[in-house]
Amino acid sequence: MIFAKAPADGAPRLGWRRLGVRSAELVPQARMAGPMPWVIAIMVALTAIALAAGLAIGNAVTSARAEIEGGVTVQLLEPRADVRARETRAAIDALKRQPRIAGLRQVPQAELDALIEPWLGTEIAAPGSTGSAIPVPALIDVRLNGAATPERLKALETVLAPVAPSARIDAQASWLKPVFDAMVSLQVLAIALVALLAFALAAAVLLAARSALGANREVIEIVHLLGGTDAQVARVFQRSIGLDAAGGGAVGLALAMVVILSIGRRFGGLGAGMVDSGALVWTDWLLLALVPLLSTVLAMLTARFTVLHALRKML
Amino acid sequence: MTADGEIIHFDNVGLRYGTDREVLSDLTFTLFAGRFYFLTGASGAGKTSLLRLLYLSQRPSRGAIRMFGTDAITLPRARLPVLRRRIGVVFQDFRLIPHLSAFDNVALPLRVAGHQERDIFGPVRDILEWVGLADRLDARPATLSGGEQQRVAIARAVIARPAMLVADEPTGNVDPEMAQKLMRLFEMLNRQGTTVVVATHDLDLLRKVSDSLIMRLDRGRLSDPTGALRYPPRKPA
Repeated sequence: MIFAKAPADGAPRLGWRRLGVRSAELVPQARMAGPMPWVIAIMVALTAIALAAGLAIGNAVTSARAEIEGGVTVQLLEPRADVRARETRAAIDALKRQPRIAGLRQVPQAELDALIEPWLGTEIAAPGSTGSAIPVPALIDVRLNGAATPERLKALETVLAPVAPSARIDAQASWLKPVFDAMVSLQVLAIALVALLAFALAAAVLLAARSALGANREVIEIVHLLGGTDAQVARVFQRSIGLDAAGGGAVGLALAMVVILSIGRRFGGLGAGMVDSGALVWTDWLLLALVPLLSTVLAMLTARFTVLHALRKML
Repeated sequence: MTADGEIIHFDNVGLRYGTDREVLSDLTFTLFAGRFYFLTGASGAGKTSLLRLLYLSQRPSRGAIRMFGTDAITLPRARLPVLRRRIGVVFQDFRLIPHLSAFDNVALPLRVAGHQERDIFGPVRDILEWVGLADRLDARPATLSGGEQQRVAIARAVIARPAMLVADEPTGNVDPEMAQKLMRLFEMLNRQGTTVVVATHDLDLLRKVSDSLIMRLDRGRLSDPTGALRYPPRKPA
């Protein structure tokens, strides 16, 4: 038999689903040869790095907040060392009797000396004493159960006033608030960057799809005249750009991983508490791994809608 | 197709490109199933424009067209492929897809229509063998001669056994022997029920196909002095 059996009803069938690679061959394009995969690789790398930064900052903020949310510092400002020592003991006794105190400790003199050492040096100890010749306030680090609200601070002040008149109470979260605000701003910036990069990726794919449509207009017209549907033509472009996006995404993620691990190692070497708490956890790595996948989906959807929109203008 | 065998009906159809004068005017005719039509006329008479209307590459500026019982003017774009799959087209400039092999070019209408790969290879190989290109299955169009490209284009047009075959100067680039062979192929298709419309300058071809009907275009107007296009003579059994 020379001729193939024609469909009885002449109805369109989406047969290219079964064509696999053959359908993509309608649009001639060598894989990874054009600029599109490399553009996508750069976009994915930048997106993954921005996302990693946002996640790390988020982790650091969350961890630090949890740590200092109930943190209160009691400073005893009395300049006379013996009175200061007496007030400190009285304050500790009074605080221990309070409910909803998770723990407290007096900051040892050695730690206080270490704190002021960068500014005043080591030659400030009073002869024959362990303390500084300069009247340095005594510090009590208090952990509350729950947040250090202004009401709770006021209650503590009321308790301490009779036994330690020189006591001054500060919530740790309040003096770290500007730091947190700055970090949250950076996190928002990172999220905005991710959104902008996704937008830029969609725009790049849109331009590439339009360019490919223009270059293949003749082929598309022939396919149409042979009975091809818009969906079939769109699927060809979608698949072609999907392959580019998948390849570019894999390269971009690999590049981003090198950068993230390298920067992570350098920050880890600082040994700073807040920086250490910003380490990425496994769910973060999972999110980063999803970046090329989501980029591929975004690129394919953009290509599909662009092509379908353009084809509507053809007969 | 309607009960009386009508597959195409043009009613007062006109076509103009842009704001120029009409290239086709007041076309009213009917094509019947299983008939063989030759479309003739001088260069610039509007043959290619009429063929473009027939294979749905162009909508008319005015008038009504009914194809296979469907109003082709108001038909939504999404349903055009249904009609197009019933029409095989041999373009004057072949319009083969340059980066596909001869085999893949011929297989394209079947793939578009959703045929399984296992049902494609045999018929495509057979028809390419029939047009003398069995040894050029993998050849790209650029490596084929003009005549070979034309044969691939014809094979692509007929592979899916269309209800109507439209051919624009199909024998223009082949030698007389191949031209005769291709006309036999068209006749064979016609005998199997396919309506054939061939645009040609070659008046010898007209004499070679018995019972063929002639559509003559003159400056965009169709002449049907005998009324054969409206009331075709009964085809011998």
